[in-house]
Amino acid sequence: MYGCGFSAFRLEARGAMKAALVSAENLQLSLQPELSQEEQALTRARRCHDHKEAQGPGNDELKEMLESNKESLKLEAMKRIIGLIAKGKNASELFPAVVKNVANKNIELKKLVYVYLVRYAEEQQDLALLSISTFQRALKDPNQLIRASALRVLSSIRVPIIVPIMMLAIKESASDMSPYVRKTSAHAIQKLYSLDPEQREHLIEVIEKLLKDKSTLVAGSVVMAFEEVCPDRIDLIHKNYRKLCNLLVDVEEWGQVVIISMLTRYARTQFTSPWQEGVSFDENNEKAFYDSDSEEKRDETETKPYMMDPDHRLLLRNTKPLLQSRNTAVVMAVAQLYWHLAPTHEVSAVTKSLVRLLRSHREVQYVVLQNIATMSIQRKGMFEPYMKSFYVRSTDPTHIKTLKLEILTNLANEANISTILREFQTYVKSQDKAFAAATIQAIGRCATNISEVTDTCLNGLVLLLSNRDETVVAESVVVIKKLLQTQPTQHSEIIKHMAKLFDKITVAMARASILWLIGEYCERVPKIAPDVLRKMAKSFTSEEDIVKLQIVNLAAKLYLTNSKQTKLLTQYILNLGKYDQNYDIRDRTRFIRQLIVPNEKSGALSKYARRILLAPKPAPLLQSAFKDRDRYQLGTLSHSLNLKASGYQELSDWPAVAPDQSVRNVEVIEPQVNEWVPTVGKSKPAKSAKSEDKFYSDSEGEQVDRKGSKNSSSSSNDSSSSSSSSSSSSSSEGSGSEESDEETSDESPKSSSQSGEGSSESETDQKKEKNKKNTDSKAKSKAVNSESEENNNMVSSSSEDGSASSSSDSDSDTEQKKSSSRSKPKVHERPPKEVSLLDLDDVAPSAPTTPKASAYSPSLLSDLEGLSLSSVSSPMQVTVQPFGPVKSHELLHHMSGKGLSARYHFPRQPFLYQPSMVQLQITLTNASDQPLEGIHLGEHSPASLTLHRFSPVERLEPQASVTVSMGIDFNDSTQAANFQLCTKEAEFSVSIQPAVGELLLPASLTQADFEKEQGKLLGMNETSATITMAEGHCSSAVLNKQVRSMANLGEVITGHNNTHRFAGRTVSSGALVLVTVEKREAADATITVNTDKSVMASMLLRDLKQALASA
Amino acid sequence: MYCSCCFSLPNSSGFSVATMNGQLKKCHIAITSFIDSCSPFLIPSSLSPSLCDSSHNLDSLPIVAVEMIHSLFLINHSGDIFLEKHWKSVIGRSVCDYFFEAKEKAAEPEDVPPVLQTPHHYLISIYRDRLFFLSVIQTEAPPLFVIEFLHRVVETFQDYFGECSETVIKDNVVTVYELLEEMLDNGFPLATESNILKEMIRPPTILRTMVNTLTGTSNFEERLPSGQLSTIPWRRSGVKYTNNEAYFDVIEEIDAIVDKSGTTVCAEIQGVIEACVKLTGMPDLTLSFMNPRLLDDVSFHPCVRFKRWEAERVLSFIPPDGNFTLMSYHVNAQNLVAIPVYVKQNISFFESGSGGRLDLTAGPKQTMGKTVEGLVITVHMPKAVLSASLTATQGSYTYDPATKVLVWDIGRLNPQKLPNLRGSLSLQAGAPKPEDNPSINIALKIQQLAISGLKVNRLDMYGEKYKPFKGVKYVTKAGKFQVRT
Repeated sequence: MYGCGFSAFRLEARGAMKAALVSAENLQLSLQPELSQEEQALTRARRCHDHKEAQGPGNDELKEMLESNKESLKLEAMKRIIGLIAKGKNASELFPAVVKNVANKNIELKKLVYVYLVRYAEEQQDLALLSISTFQRALKDPNQLIRASALRVLSSIRVPIIVPIMMLAIKESASDMSPYVRKTSAHAIQKLYSLDPEQREHLIEVIEKLLKDKSTLVAGSVVMAFEEVCPDRIDLIHKNYRKLCNLLVDVEEWGQVVIISMLTRYARTQFTSPWQEGVSFDENNEKAFYDSDSEEKRDETETKPYMMDPDHRLLLRNTKPLLQSRNTAVVMAVAQLYWHLAPTHEVSAVTKSLVRLLRSHREVQYVVLQNIATMSIQRKGMFEPYMKSFYVRSTDPTHIKTLKLEILTNLANEANISTILREFQTYVKSQDKAFAAATIQAIGRCATNISEVTDTCLNGLVLLLSNRDETVVAESVVVIKKLLQTQPTQHSEIIKHMAKLFDKITVAMARASILWLIGEYCERVPKIAPDVLRKMAKSFTSEEDIVKLQIVNLAAKLYLTNSKQTKLLTQYILNLGKYDQNYDIRDRTRFIRQLIVPNEKSGALSKYARRILLAPKPAPLLQSAFKDRDRYQLGTLSHSLNLKASGYQELSDWPAVAPDQSVRNVEVIEPQVNEWVPTVGKSKPAKSAKSEDKFYSDSEGEQVDRKGSKNSSSSSNDSSSSSSSSSSSSSSEGSGSEESDEETSDESPKSSSQSGEGSSESETDQKKEKNKKNTDSKAKSKAVNSESEENNNMVSSSSEDGSASSSSDSDSDTEQKKSSSRSKPKVHERPPKEVSLLDLDDVAPSAPTTPKASAYSPSLLSDLEGLSLSSVSSPMQVTVQPFGPVKSHELLHHMSGKGLSARYHFPRQPFLYQPSMVQLQITLTNASDQPLEGIHLGEHSPASLTLHRFSPVERLEPQASVTVSMGIDFNDSTQAANFQLCTKEAEFSVSIQPAVGELLLPASLTQADFEKEQGKLLGMNETSATITMAEGHCSSAVLNKQVRSMANLGEVITGHNNTHRFAGRTVSSGALVLVTVEKREAADATITVNTDKSVMASMLLRDLKQALASA
Repeated sequence: MYCSCCFSLPNSSGFSVATMNGQLKKCHIAITSFIDSCSPFLIPSSLSPSLCDSSHNLDSLPIVAVEMIHSLFLINHSGDIFLEKHWKSVIGRSVCDYFFEAKEKAAEPEDVPPVLQTPHHYLISIYRDRLFFLSVIQTEAPPLFVIEFLHRVVETFQDYFGECSETVIKDNVVTVYELLEEMLDNGFPLATESNILKEMIRPPTILRTMVNTLTGTSNFEERLPSGQLSTIPWRRSGVKYTNNEAYFDVIEEIDAIVDKSGTTVCAEIQGVIEACVKLTGMPDLTLSFMNPRLLDDVSFHPCVRFKRWEAERVLSFIPPDGNFTLMSYHVNAQNLVAIPVYVKQNISFFESGSGGRLDLTAGPKQTMGKTVEGLVITVHMPKAVLSASLTATQGSYTYDPATKVLVWDIGRLNPQKLPNLRGSLSLQAGAPKPEDNPSINIALKIQQLAISGLKVNRLDMYGEKYKPFKGVKYVTKAGKFQVRT
């Protein structure tokens, strides 16, 4: 069949050639100066404007040079012509002169002529035909470079008449011995297709042939051709699928990108979804993510447990190493492949690499950030550990800043919101006002998404109203307005506050917005609204137009709700408005008057005035701009532009039932030694017969096969492939067990899928074990893993998944508004996970934790306090339950504090705001009979001391007390922190000297870990003392209590009755502190402290000695 | 038989009169592509109506899928197109107008969005070395693919000409054209590996240019470079050196944000290993580290055998000839990052709005006993700052009133005598007190130190007999190091 088509082509090509030659002959005659009339008419129009530049005196000279006999002159002329082309000037005049040199021996000259030819052939089709025979001859040249470049140029000449010639050349080159020529022919396919789409069928034949090619050189180009000519002919891929997967690593980088994106599409049509609930380790998690589109999937999962097709796994496994590519496009391609194809818990494998790309050029960052923004909406957990990589630098370009902000907003949850808001607070002050405005929008979004911080965000935003910059003010008002609309129940306080601030605000837009708010919710602020109206009536004439409009609006609304108090005022304002200079205001006044003041003319309308003016307004939706971008495949141009680019191919949905798998089986692969590849080693015979179930040996056989085509690197590759098989052995074993399960099927189907899953987990776990420098958080979540594995009712999860699942928890927390009763207990269920999200790795699970909300509301409040740029205090009151081993210390006596007394204690909790700080709570009591106002922190020393201030207490009534929390970074020293406690009238210097035990946070270690760590901290790092214990301290329980009340340490469970171990970390630097108390005979005991903070060790030892020895 | 428009087309417009039977449709495709490719003013006015009247339905023709990168325009800082290259039919310069529009809107050239959309094309651009590289594409293509390629083009130019600037490109326009021709075929990358390119097109040197003009020999290789065919395309065969050397530079950069109080908001270390390998034959190298666990995330030159790294944490590779980036890495985020310097800053503006004061002191923090060199502090001042009159105890400062950038070049940091820069700032008359404080960027260099503590253990060579000369150098630099105020 092929041969038949071939000869037909030959015939056609001959015909075309003849025609070309005839026309060329004709043309040679017509090359004489006199052009045909119509030609002249057309060319004149075109040429006259570039005549001056291009055709100046040089053109004739160039022509002469080209026609001379000297090679160097010709070359020089060509170079100048190329210069003209590069500048975009027209050099088509010289076409006849140039084309004559197409057969020149000088290769550089020839190349330049080619460049010229490709550029102008389309415009000078007939002349271009003159060169065709030269190329045809060159296609037969023994030198592969010449053959290839002839094909390149021939196919680049966009002259429809030579289509048959091109077709013939492509067909011949496709079976050329040189892979380089074959590659060129793959490129030529696309060119011919764009020139003449009618050739599609013939081209597909060539593509089919080239797809079978084993050279890595050809693979990328032919897949590119496939994508352009026949992307719908997925059937062509079946037989080559495994080969492509296996070759992928060795294909050149550009080819990799194309192949990966093609395989993504392929996999989506051939495999079933790995996202079904059966496989997911956490049902809730899964539902939260895929609730919308998993309707149909759900029924089918009930019938059959999911099992990944080995080919699907093969693709995932073979693309993974490419994440390490230096080519950003390749990394992105793999990332999108994982996103669209991998099981949910494996997707996070790409996170690190994507974050790495952020180090690359600005443009790369832009595209990658866009993709991360889309990903982070669905999967916060993936990027949360890398949150800091998205912090904005003032030197970033605006579009990068906005994208980073977008991602940070997407990542925000209850756990990290305080950190994010603190970061935002820096951004609000940015010089880039557009960015500052975007930040305010982002705060608004955080506030709506995380109900816990809504109020604090609102307060922070209210404070921004007194900013000097108009953009900031206008933006905050708009955001506040939106926020209040979404939460219409509890904001009378804020409206009151805004009303108070009203006098200070000068930006018209902001004033107008506040008036609108007061009007809209006038029933909630019945006392203030009329008062504001009164003030406005006074200043009406001096207000700006938009403000005037809102005054009228406010008056109308008040008239309807509270006509008793405001009737006269409204009348007055309406009268003022009636004679305003602005016609808008006059119109509005007239309209309002007709609407609200009933008279005989207004008729029925005024009855509905209330419903018209006070209709409930729908709340605006604050959501990500990247919300719906996931409809486009990641990494595509369409995704980047958020619109469908021409030629975009939709990613199909997973098929409900997988198509026949056997189509991908390759029958027999003949060992084909490629003679054109410089082979050094002897090519090994490939394994031949492969049965269906031996899939992996199949792929190995392919590898061996490929190795034959490798030269000197093959020897080294042996070792690498052997190592690869060892690294992949675990997973292949896993799949092996899958298969055996299938055969025996005596185990429950669920466990079989688990084992598959488990094996891939173990792969990642292995890797982690290699990384001895594991983070504690990882270690912890691994511990969680092992727990759940023990329980055996949950599929094991990797650490990333742990965070993902807990982040989805927080997702569900945002829904709390609706069903707080449901999700509240969940928060309590998983305190360790919540904590691990906070990066506070070292909190022992045993550490007392208060109910969450009260635990961090003070710190959150103080965060938001930082949002203020002025010193206006927030109107919120703070109360916190003291808890923990309360040993409170005096900070300020009421005698020296003029009635203000302050006591502090260490709640022994990690400070949420800044993990390196020690949290302390200060109870302020007013012992005087006067209310105290404006209690806040003043100057502090030493200067290096960092502390986190508590939010100022606006007013403290007599005998009232309030507890505020603050954080101090003691930097692991017991140096006293001095600062001033100020009221409105006076300042008091106070100082806090922490006991060394308070600078610690408990760490939970196993006995083995403890001993290992202790082993590292010997010698200088060990301090010990022997003491005689006081009576009654000998029992373990008492001893424990004594030590732990002395220092904030966690107990290490030991089997030993006489040895007690405690572990902790310093708050600031996280250095390990290990304490061992070993009881000897009688009441003697040895206390050993191991830590590399030697000063702390000795102090801690002293304190412990005291605590245990004393009565 | 023939359609009317084919007849009405004059010869020179690019359509053949010698139409054969059955060529009718092809002719029309050519017309569509012609229209696509020409900017409006290039189409003779006589042509358009005849197309519209055409009895054939042009809409029904299939959309012709085209290649990845269609055209490339090089645009200089002031917005002149000084080079264009088309890999297919010509696209008129007017397409750049959409880009210029976006450029107008952006405050800085860096702010121009890299991906733009026009009615018929998509524009993807990069900005490097004060030049815009603007590529035109017509259909869906991964934007990163194009961006990465454009950066590769710039790197190739730098490799060939030492720098990538307008003058250099204009001077070497022929070589540039030859390179672009080799790098892309029909819009799809063909040869981007600099070793292959250099074998095909020799980089220009003064000597060679002279010899070429005298003898008429060319810059072109007549044979296909061996690299193009082998599975190690990055290395050419038959390399010979009298002195066999292999040098590796471990360069680490600290990216950090430090807040007002000196607390580190975030800090991380990124490193690259730049290699210069001049070895005869086909050496197979193995580089191992003392502490490979430090490395958290890595990316490699294609020559590195990834599986070997996965299994043994050693770099095993057949190196390209000459300079290349062997690997880049990210240091485990959990390791604490040593911040080598601190900057004590006090920048304040007077309430009255007439001026302000600036006081900067730099000092060493955690330098591991090494000297900090090349210390440069850059302050981006608020817009209202007109001028600065300052005195520096060390180094020199410049203030550019146009860009509002204060650069203080300190040089070597002397721990005994801390450099200080202080003085007054004057504000624009009538401008209110700036609310925002400027941010400070720091550049520095520490020789003989990899701040992460990464150490190369040993370098072994297999496959060749001779004994090469080996060397490893460590440098630490400040990357994106910013102090917030």
